[in-house]
Amino acid sequence: MSTTTAHGAGQGPEVNDPVQQRFEVVREHARADGINIVHYEPQFEPGSKAERRMTRTVASLFLLAGLAGTAFLAIYIWWPWRNEYGSGPDKLYTPLLGLTFGLALLFVGIGVLTWGKKLLPREVSIQDRHEGASKAEDVTAVADTMSYMADELGVKRRPLLGISLLAGLAPIGAVVAAPLVGGLISQPHKNNQMFRTGWAPIEDDHGGRKLVRLTREDGTPIRPEDVTTGGQMTVFPGIPGGAKNLHADSPTLLIHLRPDDAQKAREANERERKNGYMWGNYIAYSKICTHAGCPASLYEQQTNRLLCPCHQSQFHIVDNAKPIFGPASRRLPQLPLTVDDEGFLVAKSDFTETVGPDFWERP
Amino acid sequence: MKRRKVDLKSMPAAAARGVDERFQVATPLRGLLNKVFPDHWSFLLGEIALFSFIVLLLTGTFLTIFFEPSLREVTYDGSYAPLRGVHMSAAFESSLNLSFDVRGGLIMRQMHHWAALLFMASIVCHMLRIFFTGAFRKPREGNWIIGSLLFWVGFLAGFTGYSLPDDALSGTGLRIASAIMLSIPVIGTWVTSSIFGGEFPGDIIISRFFIAHVMLIPALLLALIGAHLGLVFKQKHTQWPGPGRTNDNVVGERMFPRYAIKQGGYMLLVSGVIALLGGLFQINPIWLFGPYEAAVVSAASQPDWYVMFLDGSTRLMPGWELHIPIGDGYVIPPIFWPTVVLPGILVMLTIAYPFIEARMTKDKASHNLLQRPRDVPERTALGAMAVSFFLVLTFTGANDVIADKLRISLNAMTWAGRIGLIIIPPLAYYFTHRICLGLQQHDREVLVHGVETGIIRRLPDGRFEEVHQPLAQVDEHGHPQELPYIGWTVPKKMNRLGALGPAVKGFFFPIEKPVDAPVSPGHPPVSSGPDREEIGSGHR
Ligand code: HEM
Ligand code: FES
Repeated sequence: MSTTTAHGAGQGPEVNDPVQQRFEVVREHARADGINIVHYEPQFEPGSKAERRMTRTVASLFLLAGLAGTAFLAIYIWWPWRNEYGSGPDKLYTPLLGLTFGLALLFVGIGVLTWGKKLLPREVSIQDRHEGASKAEDVTAVADTMSYMADELGVKRRPLLGISLLAGLAPIGAVVAAPLVGGLISQPHKNNQMFRTGWAPIEDDHGGRKLVRLTREDGTPIRPEDVTTGGQMTVFPGIPGGAKNLHADSPTLLIHLRPDDAQKAREANERERKNGYMWGNYIAYSKICTHAGCPASLYEQQTNRLLCPCHQSQFHIVDNAKPIFGPASRRLPQLPLTVDDEGFLVAKSDFTETVGPDFWERP
Repeated sequence: MKRRKVDLKSMPAAAARGVDERFQVATPLRGLLNKVFPDHWSFLLGEIALFSFIVLLLTGTFLTIFFEPSLREVTYDGSYAPLRGVHMSAAFESSLNLSFDVRGGLIMRQMHHWAALLFMASIVCHMLRIFFTGAFRKPREGNWIIGSLLFWVGFLAGFTGYSLPDDALSGTGLRIASAIMLSIPVIGTWVTSSIFGGEFPGDIIISRFFIAHVMLIPALLLALIGAHLGLVFKQKHTQWPGPGRTNDNVVGERMFPRYAIKQGGYMLLVSGVIALLGGLFQINPIWLFGPYEAAVVSAASQPDWYVMFLDGSTRLMPGWELHIPIGDGYVIPPIFWPTVVLPGILVMLTIAYPFIEARMTKDKASHNLLQRPRDVPERTALGAMAVSFFLVLTFTGANDVIADKLRISLNAMTWAGRIGLIIIPPLAYYFTHRICLGLQQHDREVLVHGVETGIIRRLPDGRFEEVHQPLAQVDEHGHPQELPYIGWTVPKKMNRLGALGPAVKGFFFPIEKPVDAPVSPGHPPVSSGPDREEIGSGHR
């Protein structure tokens, strides 16, 4: 196929200007491809003052880009970059890199755009779309060939083949999917994991049960006096790794209620047959929101509400953490409390309701 | 020895011939060189998405070299003093190291994140452009479907990426994602347990998300983008109506050189803007959030903007739990509806829209000319309705921040959102529809009477009237001929008719001779006919 090299020039129409001649050649080729270049005009008189100015502008943009790029390299190499405490020059490292890098790219970009938009001739070309469906002849040819091929295969005449092929392919399809599905699949109720948290009493080998202490994040146990009246504290099960994400369903909020609130909470507990869940004026709720599992951690003392910051569900602390606003539909489970012989708070048992987000088979 | 004469001038031609003899490139190259593209600023939106995707690939590859996708527990000992001695996952530690101890790592992380935001934003704007101009109509329904899938795959890319650093925000996001999976009826617990390899958070999710984020999803995106662009190329771009433009042609520029050079320039501009953003504007400062701990969350923790509408829909959903009293009883939790059912409906509706519209309008023809939004008031109004629905949800995703800043009660904000979600979209429909009709009316008025000139004239009987410049020739009675509306901009100001002459460009010197009005592709300068000097009144 011909390309637009100089040897084609002779075939063009009779024009004296060699540049014009080559353009006519290109235009001819385009026409053969269904493109009509109807308007093609340099924006500046070639060699004019305006053109030279524009050329200089583009050139200076490229040079500026080079300058910014060099500045980037210099900063990358010599600017102190190691992170130090305080507000040293290292804090300017990333902004300076961004500034020089960004400017370098913008300068080249604007340069290239100006080149393309201003120094190249404007054109308007019209191309036909040749659209719609394929040629009728092609369609018939394809249809005939394909229906002939289908007949040749003879699935219609020999139905057994079709059925046995399907029967054979289905398991093979399953074979392809099996390793992926089989490898990934994991029984959700292994070790009763959906219902069990770190608060389950520890069974020792002799059939004894040891209750789990309430501890701080660092593992130290908590005495009732550690929480002032009206105060609250996030507690974790006092087992190895109890405060780690491995036990993401265990964080609990321990609240020391004021006496009148405590009375209300006790009455609410009695209604729900949760007598003895509180210890004195202390009450503990799972911190894992029953909506989507964020920590419901904003405690409003005045209204006795617990607010979850994720979707603003609100739970009423003195009424069994009943959801009173927002998208949560279930109470926060309550942890039954007591104090062991050394005077530390412990959980009497695991939560008696399912902790965390809801699911289909929750009883 | 006699040296062979080297003919420098013929070398390129000879080399080209050599290449062609081996690879036969001339035929396909000819098709490529001779291909016309129409131009309009709104066609650039899709390109911005493409360019940000390229930046994502480049910066992301850099990040993989330093990122460690593991939940193994380590004790931080890097150069960021406030976190020294803190236990965290290797993933979080390596993200901190990328930010503080890898030279130039922070700018790459921030560019990656900004590019992701820009990617999603340009996809959405591009989709809106396609929708409001009717570019999705036959024969381009396939590309509309690919485009809608691209949004959701991009959404997944962003979500998996956001989860990788294992900071407090990404862990909270993952926690919510696990709750969403749990809420699916019947299979929820199985799906969650299989994906997390046991109970949340398990110890494998980050490495699974990593391979999804850096390989599976980018490969899928690449394939979809390839198919998308291939179809644009094959079916040729749509164009606006206008002088010389028909359903059967393309009016514009050939792809090379000017069009391609401009694309290259825009690619550089987009990368430059991302570099500036990445260097100058902090994003996702994970060291301030700290490592993920199940018991800790801060208020006003916001996801990336393209996730906020789902956050919003979750917030507005009342706590309605569905009980199915069979056997031990089964539950469908409230979070299922706004996060699984709603997106499902949105996906189906967008994918089906071109077919629904074709069926309602009984339109089976192929369309290569775009429509102005005002000319299809029903569609435009539906689009406005969808946009307002999305916006109400997105703002609700930040309603705690808004409530805090404006000192409004949170519950009031939630109720405003619930009510707004029901009444704002229909209002948007109604007003958009009216505005479209009004704009159409005005266009037709100008075509009949001409452009308002701002000149007030007093008639002999004492009435005042504004003088109109007719757009077409005036017949022998002085009545302007009526012009047909062709679906393209109607000039409404005198200077659009060249009456004032174009502004002189150049700051100090005129660099253009202010002689002729500017020409843009496919827009021959509008000439207002021989009666230009004589300003007449539209209705005499
Ligand atoms: C459309 C495609 C993509 C989107 C929307 C996207 C989005 C994101 C986002 C939002 C983050 C969090 C960044 C942060 O830490 O602030 C991220 C992290 C990351 N991305 Fe991507 N990404 C994309 C493609 C890629 C590709 C192609 C690669 C690699 C080949 C990659 C590699 C990474 C890595 C290694 C991280 C973790 C780095 C860190 O947290 O410090 N991404 N991505
Ligand atoms: S997670 Fe608590 S309200 Fe959604």
